[in-house]
Amino acid sequence: MPRAEPRGAEYREARLGWAMVLPAVGTILLIALFPLVWTVWESLHLHDLRMPWLGRPFIGLDNYIEALGDERFREALVHTLAFTVASVTLELTLGCVLALAMNRAFRGRGLVRAAILVPWAIPTVVAALIWRFMFDGDSGIVNAALAWLGVDPPVWFVDRLAAWVPVVLGDVWKETPFVALLLLAGLQGIDASLYEAARIDGASAWRQFRHITLPLLKPALLVALIFRTRDAFRVFDLVYVMTGGGPGTATEPIALYTFTSLLQNLRFGYGSALSVLVFLVAFLLALGYIRVVGADLTGERR
Amino acid sequence: MSRGARWAALAVGLLVLATAFPFYWTVVASLTPEARLFQAPSLVPTGLVLDHYRALFVERAFWVPIRNSLVVAGCTTVFSVFVGSLCAYALARLRFRGKVPLLGLVLAVSMFPQISVVSPLFLLLRSLRLIDTYPGLILPYLTFALPLTVWLLVGFFRQLPAELEEAAMVDGAGRLRAFREVIVPVAVPGLAATAILTFVYSWNEFLFALSFTLGPERQTVPVAIALFRGQYQVPWGQVLAAAIVATAPVAALVLGFQRRIVQGLTAGAVKG
Repeated sequence: MPRAEPRGAEYREARLGWAMVLPAVGTILLIALFPLVWTVWESLHLHDLRMPWLGRPFIGLDNYIEALGDERFREALVHTLAFTVASVTLELTLGCVLALAMNRAFRGRGLVRAAILVPWAIPTVVAALIWRFMFDGDSGIVNAALAWLGVDPPVWFVDRLAAWVPVVLGDVWKETPFVALLLLAGLQGIDASLYEAARIDGASAWRQFRHITLPLLKPALLVALIFRTRDAFRVFDLVYVMTGGGPGTATEPIALYTFTSLLQNLRFGYGSALSVLVFLVAFLLALGYIRVVGADLTGERR
Repeated sequence: MSRGARWAALAVGLLVLATAFPFYWTVVASLTPEARLFQAPSLVPTGLVLDHYRALFVERAFWVPIRNSLVVAGCTTVFSVFVGSLCAYALARLRFRGKVPLLGLVLAVSMFPQISVVSPLFLLLRSLRLIDTYPGLILPYLTFALPLTVWLLVGFFRQLPAELEEAAMVDGAGRLRAFREVIVPVAVPGLAATAILTFVYSWNEFLFALSFTLGPERQTVPVAIALFRGQYQVPWGQVLAAAIVATAPVAALVLGFQRRIVQGLTAGAVKG
């Protein structure tokens, strides 16, 4: 709405602001938000690209009703949640240990940071291949090491449970550096004089960790937790390359089942309904995320 | 060194070793002749050859996916950093209504699971005849690249002192000129780190590239490697050589700019 006196500096600043955000926000609306609405619309239809003669009739919530009764979908959901809990727990614990150790001032911190940054930066597909190769039955170094220790190794990619081991380890190997770097930045923001004072009061290392480090590290821990949960929940590349979801569908996460429904079975209506369900869960995670980080980000500068 | 510091050094040493070993093992395997790849592994390699790398480029034309990845990741990065820096500057430094919901929107979109937009993007690209083309990958890539650049750059622009533009504007420059002539030059390190991160994410992307390409002509590096198959079994030597080739550029970029990248990754996230 044009105001009666629109020529102030404030008005000009607002106009410039909108002009500057428009290209980016317009693009985001067009290629991210619009497709999302389309997915919802699509999910209310029967749309099977293998059977074009059926057309694209509106079927209401039938796809969702089918999804809720779909055993494979429920299993994929359980797989995804189990993978998320296992990998995120390991990554936060190891990342915390690594960050605490790196924070102890000693030489070569730059070198260490470089060494742990590389797994984070490489394609997930590559990480998956490396770990698949190490766990390979014939030539794998893991089986060789276990044999040397006198342990009889399982057939990793045939056993329904053992197939998860390389998947989780590969994820932990690749993602822990990111957690460690986030936590290290958090640790470096803690005032050293607090520890000084605690030492003078005779507090043990454990009490210092429990009462100074942990509370002050909480924001960083939360951010790491939310980021990692988000990424673990949408795991796709790692599983697609390492196990293909197998044996059978024993390691199939929800993103892979949705992908299969869409681009292999070409069931676009049903696949879209699965996409919407995945989105809803991620949306709840995002709400938590914005509550934790958003308040800080959107706060005015000092 | 105190006892605590020794334990810390030991823990870090072990974790670094655990991190580095898979790389070492991959490099060794990519240089081992196929025939010896399936014998009992030995930690100290002997008789290394470049056969797998030669086969990769001579027999498999691996330069095609490399070219595709460079084009797609390059275009995505240039567009995102250009458009994203304008947006981020306005969100970080200008006062106007609607700014907070906009930031919320950008954050929310960055939380999208990619899979939730695959089906409409596929139908959209198909009706535009963009499946299996460069624009057909660059457009979907913007769904994650743009929110990423905006988010990182808002953090960078916030850190710059407010006096910068004020001084320029006292000299009579408009807000836009102050941005172009004062802020952008100062923000070059931040822009560079953002560009590198965007490039790395685009180079590594897999789901969209798998969904929206049909054959080797337009496949990116991760897709090409994932779909690598021999006639009877996985050609591990070549697969791992390809893995090393795919890793080298991002590893070099990240190592070259590690300080800036770590700042970029952790800024904004950890200020509380």
